[in-house]
Amino acid sequence: MGGIDLDLIAATAPFLWDGLCTSFQLLLLAMAGGISLGAILAVVRIAGPKPLAALAATYVNGLRSIPLIMVILWFYLLMPLATGRPIGAFTSALVAFTIFEAAYYSEIIRAGIQSVSKQQLAAATASGLSQLQAYRFVVLPQAFRKMTPILLSQSIALFQDTSLVYVVGLRDFMTAVSVTANREGHLVAFYLFAALVYFVLCCTGAQSVQLLKKSMVSQ
Amino acid sequence: MTIPLRLDSRKAARSEPDLVQRPVAIAIDHVSKKYGDLDVLKDCSMTVRRAEVVVVCGPSGSGKSTLLKCVNGLEGFQAGAITVAGTSVGDRRTDLTKLRSQIGMVFQHFELYPHLTVLQNITLAPIRVLGRAKSEAIDKAMSLLRRVGLADKAGCYPGQLSGGQQQRAAIARALAMDPIAMLFDEPTSALDPETISEVLDVMTELARDGMTMMVVTHEMGFARHVADRVVFMDGGCILEEAPAEAFFAQPSTERARSFLSKILRQQ
Ligand SMILES: Nc1ncnc2c1ncn2[C@@H]1O[C@H](COP(=O)(O)OP(=O)(O)OP(=O)(O)O)[C@@H](O)[C@H]1O
Ligand SMILES: [Mg+2]
Repeated sequence: MGGIDLDLIAATAPFLWDGLCTSFQLLLLAMAGGISLGAILAVVRIAGPKPLAALAATYVNGLRSIPLIMVILWFYLLMPLATGRPIGAFTSALVAFTIFEAAYYSEIIRAGIQSVSKQQLAAATASGLSQLQAYRFVVLPQAFRKMTPILLSQSIALFQDTSLVYVVGLRDFMTAVSVTANREGHLVAFYLFAALVYFVLCCTGAQSVQLLKKSMVSQ
Repeated sequence: MTIPLRLDSRKAARSEPDLVQRPVAIAIDHVSKKYGDLDVLKDCSMTVRRAEVVVVCGPSGSGKSTLLKCVNGLEGFQAGAITVAGTSVGDRRTDLTKLRSQIGMVFQHFELYPHLTVLQNITLAPIRVLGRAKSEAIDKAMSLLRRVGLADKAGCYPGQLSGGQQQRAAIARALAMDPIAMLFDEPTSALDPETISEVLDVMTELARDGMTMMVVTHEMGFARHVADRVVFMDGGCILEEAPAEAFFAQPSTERARSFLSKILRQQ
């Protein structure tokens, strides 16, 4: 190949690094938001009053049938119309990822909750804990423990998806690579480099998940 | 729990007339319950007086667990009434959470919380429900653990304990709420034969200390020596409610007789 010019990449590194930081920021915040909202949706679907549970189900199924890129774009275009003033690309992307990923996280968490024996909930409520407390202190911690590997795998997919924010012009890693590549005129080299970075990061992530799974089984 | 127990010493301390004077702790009054089309409880009535031990027995599927769950409102029922210390369980205005916090429950499979240590298992509800200070809850938990012989296991996770130890920890967890009554649902039927007695010993001691207990069990030794009265259920009906001596001397129904002879042959 010989196309990867290390000096050039080193010279543009700070710019690319900033992009990578933006990607990670987006990942971590969207994970936190998505998992929190996902947990609420899951609990509402399982234990909430019927109309609310139906609403949560509609939300989850609805969002899972729309491509992510449309959610990102619509949110970016429609929010200013709704609120009357522009919101930044980052905020817009973050909110879009959060509400989108929440739908996927909630399905994972729901499966996790259902894998905790009903008797645990009975024991918790029998001791006088309210339904909410029983979920918070007894059911959810067990569900999360079981679900951590799958939640992390989903988050690796989320990390790859953060590259879609180019549609709203946010300078994430992919966008930074693309800008640099066009400016410097070494398209192949820069895109190969980007692929390598994503590959290494995601592989490392996936390997860690595997290790975690193993250590959980042997526990 | 190494002190040899004279099982019948508890009952010698009180006489029948004395018992009848006591206030009613749990009153089950013509309760019926359906799951869909299935009648699980049919017109069931029984009482448990304060400081009394009542054993509920009967074949599998007769509705024993369901009856127990109705008492603390884990299950609803369609007809009849249940009152616990004067509070109506079925009444919509009753604060069920508060009522449940006053009734201890012990399950067949212990149901300790696997992600919490034994100590945390015991202090969770006192801190979160009763609003006790953490240090106070811990002191109380430790004294209960000493009482059930598990003081050295406070920092262990349930998975590190034997079945008998887990069940004793579960009893300590229920006692930490200072319950006015304790419900047991086959507390020893998931245990190895060798560890059954360590749990029964704790329960016997509890009975001797004057705890009000409603116990679903097939341990006829416990029923005979510790229980004041025995209730026999079959097919969702309460067929017999008799003093333990009378029940074991001569059950009045044929079904109880055949159940008893079957179960005694097994044990
Ligand atoms: N959640 C439920 N939904 C439908 N039917 C149920 C449910 N729980 C129990 N039943 C049925 O109610 C009947 C009584 O069950 P219950 O568990 O109270 O019996 P049990 O006397 O405790 O039996 P065992 O000795 O096996 O524990 C059974 O026929 C059972 O199949
Ligand atoms: Mg049962």
